[in-house]
Amino acid sequence: MIGIVSYGSYIPKFRIKVEEIARVWGEDAKKIKGGLGVHEKSVPDVDEDTATIGVEAAREAVKRAGIDPEEIGAVFVGSESHPYAVKPTATIVGEALGVGNDYYAADLEFACKAGTAGMQICFSMVKAGMIKYGLAIGADTSQARPGDALEYAAAAGGAAFIIGKDPIAEIEATYSFTSDTPDFWRRDLQPYPSHGGRFTGQPAYFRHVISAARGLMERYSYKTEDFDYAVFHMPNAKFPVRAARMLGFSDEHIGQGLVVRAIGNAYSGSSLLGLAATLDVAEPDERVLLVSFGSGAGSDAFALRVTDKIKEFEREPKVWDKIERKVYVDYAIYLKHRRKIKA
Amino acid sequence: MVPRSWRKIRYRYDVRGSYCENCGNYHYPPRNFCPTCRRKGKLVETLFPEEGRVVSYTVVREKEPYIIALIELDNGARVLSQLSCEPGEVKIGMRVKKAFRRYGEDGEDGIIHYGTKFVPVD
Amino acid sequence: MRRVAVVGVGQSKFGELWDKGFRDIVLEAGREALEDADLEGKEIEAIFVGNMSGGRYLGQEHIAALIADYAGLAEFGIPATRVEAADASGGLAVRQAYMAVASGMHDIVIAAGAEKVTDVGDPMEILSASVDIEWERFVGGNLPALYAIIARLHMETFGTTEEDLALVSVKNHRNGALNPKAQFRREIRVEDILNSPYVAEPLKLLDCASVSDGAAAVILASEDVAKKITDTPVFIEACTQSSDYLALQSRKDILSMKSVVKAARDAYRLADVGPEDIQVAEVHDSFTIAEILAYEDLGFAEKGKGVELIREGVTEIGGKIPVNPSGGLKACGHAVGATGVRQIVELTLQLRGEAGNRQVDAEKGLALNIGGTGATAVVSVLGR
Repeated sequence: MIGIVSYGSYIPKFRIKVEEIARVWGEDAKKIKGGLGVHEKSVPDVDEDTATIGVEAAREAVKRAGIDPEEIGAVFVGSESHPYAVKPTATIVGEALGVGNDYYAADLEFACKAGTAGMQICFSMVKAGMIKYGLAIGADTSQARPGDALEYAAAAGGAAFIIGKDPIAEIEATYSFTSDTPDFWRRDLQPYPSHGGRFTGQPAYFRHVISAARGLMERYSYKTEDFDYAVFHMPNAKFPVRAARMLGFSDEHIGQGLVVRAIGNAYSGSSLLGLAATLDVAEPDERVLLVSFGSGAGSDAFALRVTDKIKEFEREPKVWDKIERKVYVDYAIYLKHRRKIKA
Repeated sequence: MVPRSWRKIRYRYDVRGSYCENCGNYHYPPRNFCPTCRRKGKLVETLFPEEGRVVSYTVVREKEPYIIALIELDNGARVLSQLSCEPGEVKIGMRVKKAFRRYGEDGEDGIIHYGTKFVPVD
Repeated sequence: MRRVAVVGVGQSKFGELWDKGFRDIVLEAGREALEDADLEGKEIEAIFVGNMSGGRYLGQEHIAALIADYAGLAEFGIPATRVEAADASGGLAVRQAYMAVASGMHDIVIAAGAEKVTDVGDPMEILSASVDIEWERFVGGNLPALYAIIARLHMETFGTTEEDLALVSVKNHRNGALNPKAQFRREIRVEDILNSPYVAEPLKLLDCASVSDGAAAVILASEDVAKKITDTPVFIEACTQSSDYLALQSRKDILSMKSVVKAARDAYRLADVGPEDIQVAEVHDSFTIAEILAYEDLGFAEKGKGVELIREGVTEIGGKIPVNPSGGLKACGHAVGATGVRQIVELTLQLRGEAGNRQVDAEKGLALNIGGTGATAVVSVLGR
């Protein structure tokens, strides 16, 4: 039985409210909150980035697993805000954890689904007998052009998952749906991403999320009723809610993982933080559907079955506890933290 | 500059110091010679506790102010480190825990320096 | 060991000496010392130069040979040696010269200290290379920050206040106003210091000595030679040096500089005096807190009671033990490698009775020169 052996998460403590961003750009905050379903978003500190978020999340995962870091045989970090264009984040994480030098490592990029791609790779490597444990991280300090609609949701955070045998949540099946769909991109040397506006919805997010979920269910014979929880990538709160309804899930199925309302979209960390929040409360034998989405585009779907091992697994502090620990910043401090202005 | 910081990565990314099996003293940064036992010392590298208390501190008022603190870890070893929090929060005796953070960069096209800072224990 | 006397002293003005180069100020101090001793350059047998960072301040190494050359001594081929212990380099140069004479190897030796800091780079940043670059400076711990950490703990432990620290600066500026060679010759008030911006809390701009240009020189001679040259020899009765862990984090107690305690203890023993016998002192007030620590570590006051001396005026000119009648590093300017030599110049003038309107009444004087945060300390006891 292979699956998630441990997980950890990290959310920077700073938040900015949608009202504060809307104030600066003369927008109607009520309309934006209504449209996106996001009230506030997380903001990293000046000394935080994808590597630091990845390390903090991974340290929590290693501590909860109670394993020797040297037993980790692979480190994959999925992000679209790797601190270096060339030079891996994974090695920074590996070194900070004390993994040693005997491990497979790479940075992954597939917009917001690079973290789940890392989970699939770790799952395969464990299954192939190449490694005992693999570490998959999805983390981002996502950038948005000031004034762009993305700015209301582009957030920071990450989650780390250790994949191995004897798990707290078995990966029963995984399936991906992929196509070449340029709904959102960032060209080399450009500081901010560009996107296709409404084109990011139907042909991109919904087509891939729904197709991946249905593909998983068809290939591995699941029905919607087989799942107790569902977690979808959360570019905003509206998309995952609509996707859930299209697949026949109720709001109760997705509420626990819908962290986007309170922290925004942490890109590669988004669906993984939702999964972590869900595992925080899941009971043995409950089943979770996880579907990520990465622009460009693709979705990775997972069927996860929680095992008895979760009963003795340390789940404190929970993701929602971390969400509650927050310090608000105004737009000027936000600009400083995001290094858009410098002393 | 790169090789010099590269050699220290193992001890900056996490608080790894030395422990003398002969006298029981901890040192940070790690030493290869025990100042107490000298030739009789038996030094081994060890991971230090995650938490400690602020012995003293200062807020350095540069363009972007930062806090430096002398921290006594729970094994008695002292570490000079930055605190990542609001200057008004800091007090002598305050409990702190380690955090992995960015320390700076060698210009926009240079390497990024990471290391251990401390944050208040909540 | 032979007795050693100071037979000549010289000093350039300290400050931002835009129109003078390194070679100019060294020559100025050296010439003044030779004239004071009434000696000719060719009578000098060796040169020791205290200089912290010619390499970074000037991009020039090989400082000692350069000085011998520009002093016109190249023809004589005398040994010229640079010594370095951060801002204790000057004290070290004096000690090397002292040992050269005391040992019998030379009869007449010059100890110079010089630093030109305003030409290249950031003066305080380069001075901060005296701390542990890899483990203190890396985390942002420059020299003011580390002294601030000491000051904060001193305040917390002993009830020292920012006003107390300011009093040190007020006293030293008042003294400096009387010293024509000092950089700052203006009295300042406690409010001026308290209103100056923080550099590293609780230390403010006017708690910190400015890093300045300057040079100083002293000529040392054996007792028998000295008595032939001058009627006013001032004897170096002890010149000791001690070291400590480089980084604050390695020290068990940061409220006391172990190096100062040890160097002072050794100096008192060698000179057969105690702290109560010292009637004037030049100490290393690179930051106001350092002068308070010096009172305690030199034994002028018990640990934690140093502030009482400044509160009660004990260390003023006219007090029981005047400290830094020259104005100290604060008012003279801290010319890094020159400072330790300048302290000996001042004590010599004071003990000879040639200190003008800042003259104190003293027969025994002490100088304390510190490197960085106290990893090096040099203590000299002088008597007439």
